Parts: sequence; structure tokens; C-alpha cells
Amino acid sequence: MNISRRQILILLPAAAVAWKSVLAGTPEASPNYQMSEHWWGLLIDISKCIGCGNCVRACQTENDVPDGHFRTWVERYHVSDENMTEPQVISPDGGKEGFPPVAAGDEGKYFFVPKMCNHCADSPCTQVCPVGATFISPDGVVLVDQKYCLGCAYCVQACPYGCRYIHPQKEVADKCTLCYHRITKGLTTACCEACPTGARQLADLKNPKDPIHEFLRTHAVQVLKPQMATGAKVFYNDLDGSVR
Amino acid sequence: MSVFKDAGHLFRFAGLFVLAFVVFLVVRHYVVPKSFGEYGHYRGNSIGEIGALPVKYAGHQACESCHTDVLDVKKNGKHAHVNCEACHGALVKHADDPTSVTPPKLDTAVLCVRCHAASGAKPKGFPQVAAQEHSQGLACETCHQPHNPGMEAGGAK
Repeated sequence: MNISRRQILILLPAAAVAWKSVLAGTPEASPNYQMSEHWWGLLIDISKCIGCGNCVRACQTENDVPDGHFRTWVERYHVSDENMTEPQVISPDGGKEGFPPVAAGDEGKYFFVPKMCNHCADSPCTQVCPVGATFISPDGVVLVDQKYCLGCAYCVQACPYGCRYIHPQKEVADKCTLCYHRITKGLTTACCEACPTGARQLADLKNPKDPIHEFLRTHAVQVLKPQMATGAKVFYNDLDGSVR
Repeated sequence: MSVFKDAGHLFRFAGLFVLAFVVFLVVRHYVVPKSFGEYGHYRGNSIGEIGALPVKYAGHQACESCHTDVLDVKKNGKHAHVNCEACHGALVKHADDPTSVTPPKLDTAVLCVRCHAASGAKPKGFPQVAAQEHSQGLACETCHQPHNPGMEAGGAK
């Protein structure tokens, strides 16, 4: 790209004005919400997921997620009797419109695994950001400051779960915000709201009355890629060992 | 005095260094957003900005505050814990302005099979039907009341 000196002189004040709006910011949102009183996570119950794709559609509607990109998606696993360790995984269009029928005679077990940002307490993605544009908020949600993000995509590479993408129009990193604009207003996330079977449940780990505590005590709950010590806060019930 | 006799150039250099540092502090003061570092190495105000984004799914509490009749039908049936917008879609516009924004009526022949189409991949306990054999294309609500789909509740007609 060639920019003449004249163009630079015109662009500089424009950039200054744009930067001014970044500096000003807009604090606000929910006056009664105290960040220090929450520590958000999410529970996904594999045994309840029917692969309808409602969560994927709800997320795209709620958050204007561009086509072909996903803040949450659903994978269908097929673990055959012969090869237990290498499952066949499909996720056509993120599972947005459901899944093809199971081929007759295909033995083995099938199950659906909804995936999304794990809102890690020790997230690899926030550690690599060179400009401080992505961070974990005091209430445990990994967010992107899209006014600050340069779109370098370091975080996209760093996420071990593949939960980030570069927004094709905004050209900055985009990801699940755990519907931060909803949970701070006392609502649940769009995906949890739209899930017909209750396979997804928003969880506030700092709230002693949240049913998540009872659930974690009484079920064999896992997180994805525990060996990476990311402190993932999306908990999976009934997770098969073959899930990657 | 004799010690500093030939050191003038060093003082000039030190002065330049101090000046550059002051310029750096001044520029930094104006360029770094006020809320940067409020909670950590990021712009604290961005949390509020993300929190202020518009909501599109009103949430079942909003629906239930008006549609108590539907809630009464739902509460004893198998769909008691299915939130309204799971089927009806994002309706915050309707919740904000119920008179002028009215949601379209849903086609149960299309809607219900999204969840209930038979598939070997679904959990075994989940009610599933092979739609064509089950109803020959009839709308599900002919026999089932969508808010309480058990047969004892009867259809919408």
C-alpha cells in the first residue's frame, strides 16, 4: 500500500479523533452488578445433548457471529468398536442445522459434544496478547477489547481449543464472551437460554447457592485437555475419553 | 571544578535524556487510556462496553411475566423446562414492544423435527420419531399441543 505524505497528513488527525473515542470509552452497563461477587463457568451435560444446533443458531443471532465462524459449535463423535481411540468427528456448518442421519449398520457409539470458549482461569490466549487487548475479567470471563485489538492472531494460535477467529469484517479477534452483556444483567447466556434439554447450564462458581456445586460433588465431571493446565471453567459431564 | 572541566558534553547528553523522558511521560499520559491498568494490563472500560451490547434473547422470565396462560399449560408437561425462545427464537423486540412487534406463528411440521427427528446418534431416552412414518407430513400440533406434547393434553384443534 502506497500512502503519500499528503494522505498521511489527512489521516493523522482522523486517527487522533478515532483514538479519542477509544480513550473516552463508555463505562456503564449494569449498575447493580458487582464483578467481585461472581466467577463464571459453564456446565455441559453430554448425556443430554441431542445435537439440534439451537445453541449455535442462538449464539449467531445474539452475537452477530459471521457465517462460517463459530463462537460455539457442536461436534458429533462416532467411536467404532474396532478403533476406540480414533473417533470420527463431524460438525457440518458447526452443527447449526443439525446432523445427517446415522448410516445403517454403523456400529459403535455416538454422542454430541458442544464446544465453546472454556473461559480458562490461566488462559494461554490472554498471555500472548502483545497489546493488552484480551484479558480475563475480574469475574472470570475471557474477553477481547476490540478497539484495542490489532488482529495479529497470536491468540487465535494460542488457544488450544480453537475457540477464537479473526472477524472477517472487523479484522480483530472475536470469541465467546459468555454473553457478558446478558449475564451481567441477570440473564443466562443465549446458548443456555435456547438449549431445549438443559444440556448447557451457566454456572456462577462464587455463588454458594448455584446448583453447580452440588452437581460437581455428585458427578464425574471433566474439562477438555486437562493436561494443558489451562484452568478451564467449562465443565463436561459424561465426557468420553476419546474427545479431543 | 576541575573535575567537571571537560564534562560539559555529558551534562548536555544527560539533559537530553531527562527531556526525552519527560516527553515520554507527557505523551504516555495523553495516549494511554485512563482506565488502562484499572484491573490489569488492559482497558478497564472495555468490560463495561462489552456489557452494554444489546440483548436479543429476552429470556424466559420476560415471556412468563405476560404469558402466564402458556406457563400454566407448560408446567405439567414434558416441555416444562424448555425455554420459550428455544422454539420461538430471539424476541427481545416483542418483549420491549408487545403490541407492534408480533412474532410469526411457527410451523410445527418443521420445528418439532429439529429436536425430535429419529437419529441413532441421539441419547436413547430422548423421544424421537421418524417423522414421515409417524405423521405422513401432518403438522405435529394436529395431535400434540406443543406446550404440553403428551397425548392426554390433546392437539391444538
